[in-house]
Amino acid sequence: MIVRIATEGQYELLENDVETLNELDNQAVAACQQDDEQQFKDTFRRLVEYVRSHGQPVDDDRLEASDVIIPPPDTSLEEAQAEFTGEGLIPG
Amino acid sequence: MPGMSGRMSTIVKAKISKLLDRAEDPGETLEYSYQKQIELLQNVKKGIADVVTSKKRLQLQEEKLRQQLVKLDTQARQALAAGNEELARTALERKNVAQTELQSLDTQLGQLEQQQQQMTESEQKLRTKIEQFRSKKEVIKAQYSAAEAQVRISEAATGVGEEMADVGLAMQRALDKTENMKARADAVQELEAAGTFEDLTALGPGEDDIDRQLKQLSSQTEVDAELEKMKAELGGGSGPAGELGAGSGSGAGSEAAAGSEAGVPAGDAAKAGEPPAPSEGQAS
Repeated sequence: MIVRIATEGQYELLENDVETLNELDNQAVAACQQDDEQQFKDTFRRLVEYVRSHGQPVDDDRLEASDVIIPPPDTSLEEAQAEFTGEGLIPG
Repeated sequence: MPGMSGRMSTIVKAKISKLLDRAEDPGETLEYSYQKQIELLQNVKKGIADVVTSKKRLQLQEEKLRQQLVKLDTQARQALAAGNEELARTALERKNVAQTELQSLDTQLGQLEQQQQQMTESEQKLRTKIEQFRSKKEVIKAQYSAAEAQVRISEAATGVGEEMADVGLAMQRALDKTENMKARADAVQELEAAGTFEDLTALGPGEDDIDRQLKQLSSQTEVDAELEKMKAELGGGSGPAGELGAGSGSGAGSEAAAGSEAGVPAGDAAKAGEPPAPSEGQAS
């Protein structure tokens, strides 16, 4: 499966890495909802680090859409929170 | 997508897809899409130039602050040597502000450096993908039936489209940060203009308050110097001057002032271009 860290690039991960990604992702969302900045930072950093360390960078000449896209590594709590109320870093 | 249920990535993915759907209108010609890719590349280049400009500006500011640090430090030493602890303290306070500002400039410069690096890499990556897309498109057209080619080309276009959206996002973030730094740089400039770091407000061309006060002091110190010399000739014994070297905290001031009674801070006075002058610490 291909995971993109937004603003950074794509990584190829194993299918069963998805469990860990989901777990960390949802923990980050929970921290967001509890307005817990430290918890959000820690969890989100672990999520990004997991992708970097378990993934193989996708070659630049491969043209594939990502299965998963996680926000930019420097996403702040405020930005992540805004993401859930519609006014996020990605207009949509 | 294999069982992805993370809410955050799902939302981000959905948004990017939506962005792409809007951009990748099926009726849109490939040439038009190629045109947009080139435009984006040009935008990235402009963005990089913008970051470089901000970087240069910060570097200039940093250079200026460094000069002011040296100047304020010298002024503090001169003031102390002349026994005006109050003035020395003011100079040191300003030096402190300038130093803090310098550190924050350093951090910002590091961030800009990173941004430039990241944008340059993004540009390279996007360029490669666009080239790849271009050649792949031709190969697909030659190898497949029109209908099949349409599907495959659109797959490749999605890959490039996602990259474009991502580079666009990266650039937006980098430029926002640069914008913030510009605002900060402006604020620093205002502080400078207000004389926070430098001229304890210049009264004549190239002459600031500390310079002026030092000049006033020097005539007094000349008298003091003569007096001290006489004292030394008569009495013989004299201890070393107070430590003037520290110059980085308010504590050094009183220490030096206390020591000034005993001796001649010849080195510092000479540096200041004044006759070697001890001081009784009462000049004001």
